[in-house]
Amino acid sequence: MSTNTIALNAFVEQMDSSMSAYFQSCTHCGLCAEACLFQTETQDPKYTPIHKIELMKRAWQQEMTLTGKLLKSIGLAKPITDDDLSEWEKVVYDGCTLCGRCSMVCPAGIDISGIIRKAREAFVASKHTPEGLRHGTKRAMELGSPMGVQLPALLAQLKHVEKDTGLSIPVDVEGADYLALLSSMEIMYYPEYIGALAKIFDHANVSWTLCSEAFEATNAGIQIGSSDLAAELVERIVSGAEKLKVKHVISPECGHAYTAIRWEGPNLIGRPFSFHVIHILELLDQLRAEGRLKTTGSWDESFTFHDPCQLVRKGGVVQEPRHLMGMFTTGLKEMPDAGVMNWCCGGGGGVSANPRAEDLKHIVFNKKKNQIEHTGVNTLVTACANCRMTIEEGAEHYNMDLNIIGLTEKLAEYLEPNQ
Amino acid sequence: MNIDSITLLNWARGSGFEWALAIFIFGTLYRVLTLLMLGRKRNLAPAKSAETSAGVRTVFRRFAPAKGLFSKAPLLHIAGITFHLGFFLILFFYTPHIEALKTVLGFSWPALPNSVITATTVVTMIAMITLLIYRITDPVRRFISDGHDYFIWVISFLPLLTGYLAFNHALLPYTLMLALHILSVELLMVLLPFTRLGHFIAIFFARFYSGSDIGRKGVSS
Repeated sequence: MSTNTIALNAFVEQMDSSMSAYFQSCTHCGLCAEACLFQTETQDPKYTPIHKIELMKRAWQQEMTLTGKLLKSIGLAKPITDDDLSEWEKVVYDGCTLCGRCSMVCPAGIDISGIIRKAREAFVASKHTPEGLRHGTKRAMELGSPMGVQLPALLAQLKHVEKDTGLSIPVDVEGADYLALLSSMEIMYYPEYIGALAKIFDHANVSWTLCSEAFEATNAGIQIGSSDLAAELVERIVSGAEKLKVKHVISPECGHAYTAIRWEGPNLIGRPFSFHVIHILELLDQLRAEGRLKTTGSWDESFTFHDPCQLVRKGGVVQEPRHLMGMFTTGLKEMPDAGVMNWCCGGGGGVSANPRAEDLKHIVFNKKKNQIEHTGVNTLVTACANCRMTIEEGAEHYNMDLNIIGLTEKLAEYLEPNQ
Repeated sequence: MNIDSITLLNWARGSGFEWALAIFIFGTLYRVLTLLMLGRKRNLAPAKSAETSAGVRTVFRRFAPAKGLFSKAPLLHIAGITFHLGFFLILFFYTPHIEALKTVLGFSWPALPNSVITATTVVTMIAMITLLIYRITDPVRRFISDGHDYFIWVISFLPLLTGYLAFNHALLPYTLMLALHILSVELLMVLLPFTRLGHFIAIFFARFYSGSDIGRKGVSS
């Protein structure tokens, strides 16, 4: 099969009622451009969200509409060529973080970022994917983590954490209530997160465990756009959770991991889970509401909070972090557009795993930089390891004086010591 | 010439209109049915909040500009909203239009004074011309536009222009202009379901689907 046919078939495979409604609804008003940081920061019209799905729309037109079929039958259809796929690969991957702002503003109600996620399936099928993402996906499939973090590395980190906190980290405890997942970045760069979990769960008396066979929460299959690979990664977590007979699985402070396991997971594997998935911030807020978290002292510094896209727009986790911060500080200075319409850090959706996109990522970080500078503070709290990494790199690139902290670990600092 | 115009006008009012109406209705049904028949997979992830009501809310909410977006493109919003509202006012509240619709629907409603309709027509045409200029001059709009966008602009503009000229007895003899006006409306009706103008019905589905998908995650959109 030619690349053209493979891509065309893969696009068509994604079509359903909503796709058809979306493609019929666009009148090219271009308002989505105002919502996309790749467009606003580069002023390059090729990053207009609706343009990113042009090839998929072409496939829909040719294969699913009466006029399109007629034109195709007389040879007037514009084919989807290898060159087209190579050209669009750069906007679909490098120029989109799947942040979802476009989907929130479209007057026609088109879920543009949802379409881009689906369009990526055809880029995978026709082998038009960025090298960095391809390698990360390969590592995830073969080694269990996009960064190549394996069990011995985790166990070594856990040893350090146990030493630092004086608490033991439960691994493979059958029948625990909660199975905590981690992202590789947390294991390697931010193990403080694991220590914070240990402290908080000890404090609130939560029965929890890690699983030696399923600790990686990120899903490279979702980022690159391969439902088959994504399903396999989800299956690993499901089998780990089922083996340990846990009631809940905790998605870590990582935006896309939450999307992967909470929203896409059951649909990817084609059956509902036997456990309940909860984001760490949802769980902490639940513990707070139940009176199981007691804090002491307060953090006097002024700071701002970066809402990870996958948590606010694609997960509805908006008030939880604010409730939690309210327990130990009144220093929160919100950024303009904070909450559901917060601007992306520029590193989500696989961009941070794609070295080819690095220059572009730095350019679009300007949006976040302006938002942060508007608050006038130089401490930022967030709840996503990938956002954290992207903001750290951006701050360094622009020589910003910025201190970046994860919310869970900050909260753990203010816990009342257990009696 | 006169007799030809009258023949043309009679055809436009008679079989022309019937054909156009039939194509419009069946075309729209075809689009809606093919859309619905594609179906949607059942979502297996437990919803955080009710999706259907969220979908319905989004259908209505998206008539208004998204928060913070108006100031980013005020001209586009004002011209876009004016054109749509103007078009509906003229279509549904001009006396002869109500009479024509009565023959199809069997009932009628009060009309707006002709002076209001004339003024609305001028404003609506200005809004459309503004949108066209914006499409041609703004880098984003120009980049994403194709021939289809300009084509549907022309077929949407013709009924306004011919209607205005006929009402004012300008340019061509009244009978001929009126026939051309009706024919332009029929062209619009025939093309509505088969072009991007089909958004008139598709946006309700699109808004509902995205609104419920986003809504089930606990986010209102």
